[in-house]
Amino acid sequence: MDTALYAKRRRRNVITMALAYGATGFGLSWLVLILAVLLWEGFSGLSLAVFTEMTPPPGSAGGLLNPIVGSLVMTIIAVLIGTPLGMLAGTYMAEYGRYDKLTMVVRFINDILLSAPSIVVGLFVYEVMVAQMGHFSGWAGAVSLAVIVVPVVVRTTEDMLTLVPDTLREAAASIGLPRSLMIQKVAYRAARAGMITGVLLAVARISGETAPLLFTALNNQFWSLNLNAPVSSLPVVIFQFALSPYKDWQKLAWTGALIITLAVLALSIVARILTAQRKTS
Amino acid sequence: MVDVALQGTGISSAEQVDRAKVLQRLRLSDVAFRHLTRFAAATVLVILGGIIISLVWGSLPALRAFGISFLYEEVWNPVTEKFGAIAPIYGTIVTSLIAMLIAVPVGLFIALFLTELCPMWLRRPIGIAIELLAGIPSIIYGIWGLFVFAPFLQQHVQPFLIALFGEIPILSTLFAGPPYGIGVFTAGLILAIMVLPFITSISRDVFEAVPPVLKEAAYGLGCTTWEVARYVVLPYTRVGVIGGVMLGLGRALGETMAVTFVIGNAHRISGSLLAPGTTISATIANEFTEAVGDLYTSALIALGLILFVITFIVLAIARLLLMRLNARVGG
Repeated sequence: MDTALYAKRRRRNVITMALAYGATGFGLSWLVLILAVLLWEGFSGLSLAVFTEMTPPPGSAGGLLNPIVGSLVMTIIAVLIGTPLGMLAGTYMAEYGRYDKLTMVVRFINDILLSAPSIVVGLFVYEVMVAQMGHFSGWAGAVSLAVIVVPVVVRTTEDMLTLVPDTLREAAASIGLPRSLMIQKVAYRAARAGMITGVLLAVARISGETAPLLFTALNNQFWSLNLNAPVSSLPVVIFQFALSPYKDWQKLAWTGALIITLAVLALSIVARILTAQRKTS
Repeated sequence: MVDVALQGTGISSAEQVDRAKVLQRLRLSDVAFRHLTRFAAATVLVILGGIIISLVWGSLPALRAFGISFLYEEVWNPVTEKFGAIAPIYGTIVTSLIAMLIAVPVGLFIALFLTELCPMWLRRPIGIAIELLAGIPSIIYGIWGLFVFAPFLQQHVQPFLIALFGEIPILSTLFAGPPYGIGVFTAGLILAIMVLPFITSISRDVFEAVPPVLKEAAYGLGCTTWEVARYVVLPYTRVGVIGGVMLGLGRALGETMAVTFVIGNAHRISGSLLAPGTTISATIANEFTEAVGDLYTSALIALGLILFVITFIVLAIARLLLMRLNARVGG
């Protein structure tokens, strides 16, 4: 027996397996590091004032009320625009034209849009809305977020409807239900948990999006719910405050970052629970 | 089918008319719903078309003024209105390369750990943790990078690197100069952390798709775990892994906020990785709202067009590879 070769192979195996353990530790340690710093810095600034007061001028105390409300309003509008569009498109791809050319092309393009740089979406909406209207606006911000919502919802709707067993569809058809009613009353219901998950994931995705808002919704120092004017949003305020030289602003930026991260983590956990229930039932 | 529905026995002609009306209405709504969904599906294509057209339209003034030299000129001067894109393009490519150099091996090793070494009960929690890393918004990485990671690198890592490579010919240029903390190197590291989850989760999925028989056959021959991974799993999953890597690369190229915080926004190409630089997306994010003059705005939109074309090609290749893989698994 060639013991030298044997020892060499074993040594190599031990080294690479150690590397695999090390890599996993390395990957996980970033999550721990980022969350730890975020919790530490964010919680120390967290108070009731954060949710009840406006963003302050440098050097004085204040909160994040206007960006929080601005983010909420734009997110809701974006979901209201993007979800129906995405669900209908996903419905076509899974129910009507599962194997036709249009579906193939849309699926390919949609997958690319899913990971396309979001700053490009901002430029697109700037050209189409802001440049045409002549001013930055909350509507433009909401539309650019909607453009990001659509591919996420299309993807999950299609996937979830494809998972619905065909026997359900056949049963519905056999009692004379027209196809549109079959989709709305049977397929949607069977895929409901998955489709809601898709929307939650889309919300999680856009709640931290900064790049497309920078030059669509811009920012607003004051309380404003006028969607025809610039609207403040949490990510943009974090960006502005974190890069400022003022300690109060940096503190608020950390607190805002904590709020966003907690919201995103909560959304993804709820989404995960919903899909897990689906699998077991 | 309509005839059958109308020929019910023992119903009056009035009821027959009612039934015909209902059926007519259902048929109309059926057609309407079908067209509505088709229209929605086509909207996805319209969005893509809109993005391309608006970017090309917006960048026309800059492309007319500078022509092809826009792609290779380094000057970026808003005052004299002279713009060239090579510095941001260089920064985008170099930061993404650094990210991939780190994230690809680490991601593959994590995937190997998750599929071959990890005990069953621990697989799901670690998988979820890695995916949570993917869900953290990029602005969080940015603020963390700026306040925590960059100062740490500046004080502890970069002086060490400068001293370590100071005597070695090529590396001494790459790691030259004062440790700024922020710069191309830091941006590349942050990007590596950001794309790691994408590469890991796709590699794990394709590793899991390897038929157990193949692995068992190799183990049966007396192969070590590493040999199975290297000579069975990796060749079998090559297409999928490359697809996952390209997907990660697409993300890295287009990532904006995390990079904007830590790259330093300097429009020049420096030999040293530790020096501040800029990327396409960071330039747009930093300067767009302050851009005065049509030419300046147009130059920034032209940068966006370049970025979109590059990422589109990379992502398209990624999707084609992954689609080919799915077709093979499905067939």
